[in-house]
Amino acid sequence: MAEYKLTTPLSDEDIIKLKAGDKVLLSGVVYTARDAAHMRMVESLKKGEELPFDPKGQVIYYVGPSPARPGKPIGSAGPTTSYRMNPFAPILIEKGQKGMIGKGKMSDEVKEACVKYKACYFASIGGAAAVVGKAVKKAEVIAYPELGPEAVRRLEVEDMPLFVCYDAHGNDLYEIAKKEWANKL
Amino acid sequence: MSEVRNVSVKDVEEAIYKLALDAAYHIPEDVLEAEKKAYEKEKSETAKKVLETIFENIKVSSEEEFPLCQDTGLGIIFLEVGQDVHFTDGYIVDAINKGVERAYKDGYLRKSSCHPLTRANYGNNLPAIIHTFVVPGNKVKIIFDAKGGGSESMSKVQMLKPADGRDGIIQTVVDWMIQAGPNPCPPTIVGVGIGGDFERAAVMAKHATLRKVGQPSDDPVLAEMEQEILTKINNSGIGPAGLGGLTTALAVHIEMEPCHIATLPLAINTACHVNRHKEIEL
Repeated sequence: MAEYKLTTPLSDEDIIKLKAGDKVLLSGVVYTARDAAHMRMVESLKKGEELPFDPKGQVIYYVGPSPARPGKPIGSAGPTTSYRMNPFAPILIEKGQKGMIGKGKMSDEVKEACVKYKACYFASIGGAAAVVGKAVKKAEVIAYPELGPEAVRRLEVEDMPLFVCYDAHGNDLYEIAKKEWANKL
Repeated sequence: MSEVRNVSVKDVEEAIYKLALDAAYHIPEDVLEAEKKAYEKEKSETAKKVLETIFENIKVSSEEEFPLCQDTGLGIIFLEVGQDVHFTDGYIVDAINKGVERAYKDGYLRKSSCHPLTRANYGNNLPAIIHTFVVPGNKVKIIFDAKGGGSESMSKVQMLKPADGRDGIIQTVVDWMIQAGPNPCPPTIVGVGIGGDFERAAVMAKHATLRKVGQPSDDPVLAEMEQEILTKINNSGIGPAGLGGLTTALAVHIEMEPCHIATLPLAINTACHVNRHKEIEL
């Protein structure tokens, strides 16, 4: 398993070299969105309206951070459970989104979209939120402020530690890991 | 019978405020102990790294700049009120809600309560969810459980058939937790409620997650079931954060009550690896 340092926006070349199980330290801009923001973005697309950001090459982090203390860019910011974004991720991947960051399984449709459009699902460690919060250097709400923790934020991150979970070749880290460690007690 | 005792709801509000802040930033000691034991036994290098990240997270959070998890949960309160307690200075439910609201504001905790349909965030993390029990005596015991949405979503109530019995219960819990996989932030504490009725089973399951981690049930039959379920879940290979390993659950805790001759209610509630809960007696 390899280890890569990547900076957003991501290209097809960045994605193709990644294999499920690889470790990635991600830097650059990532956008936050979870349930309510995804509902609104996909609604906007249906109406032919513009999205709060162009998804081409971008990575969306499924997170609703806790409030920032004074002098800090953000509070705790660990991943939320990703399956709730199953209906939305393939639509945004088709529009050029290159990565999702979250925790837990996603659907076969998401896996297929990762293969077809060369995208990647990165797993972060759920509940390691204080540690991840420290990787965020800058945060700014860019859309839907009324959604509070669910607003869309533009984050600047430095060396955010991630695992490649679904790669663009159809592999699934959760399935591989589970098989390797089953019935070992 | 104990003497009737006045308890000011202002003291309850203050207690809730302190418990909520403490829960958000400081992991219960028994949970950390169980994780350290799991670390010693773990054979997967990745799992060990995940557990090290979890320990690092606990350390960072204890300095109180960042909560243990960004999902600081809804406030779930188990309120045991002695029947000889007389609450003064206001309404107990208002006081609890005020304590929660103040803690979530002052502690930079996330406000996660919303309208179920419009999903509009209420911005105050209210209302608290309060389970009240009247008990003998003149004391008030408060358990504050900060329950996040990820682990809560991996819950269920199922009305089994009486003939499903012990083995049916075990199979249902194991299948459910394996299906949940990485979603509830393993290593988890699995709470199981057996019997009672539909809603009692659910309350028992959640209450069971708050028992000292790994302390077996007093009932030897249930204690044996807890061990059997735990071994089966940990043989799934899911591991910490779902990245493979021997530690998918830290413990299985079962509570049980009598049920109707026609029913076998079963509830499963999962606590994630930070299992934030604190308690106090007034």
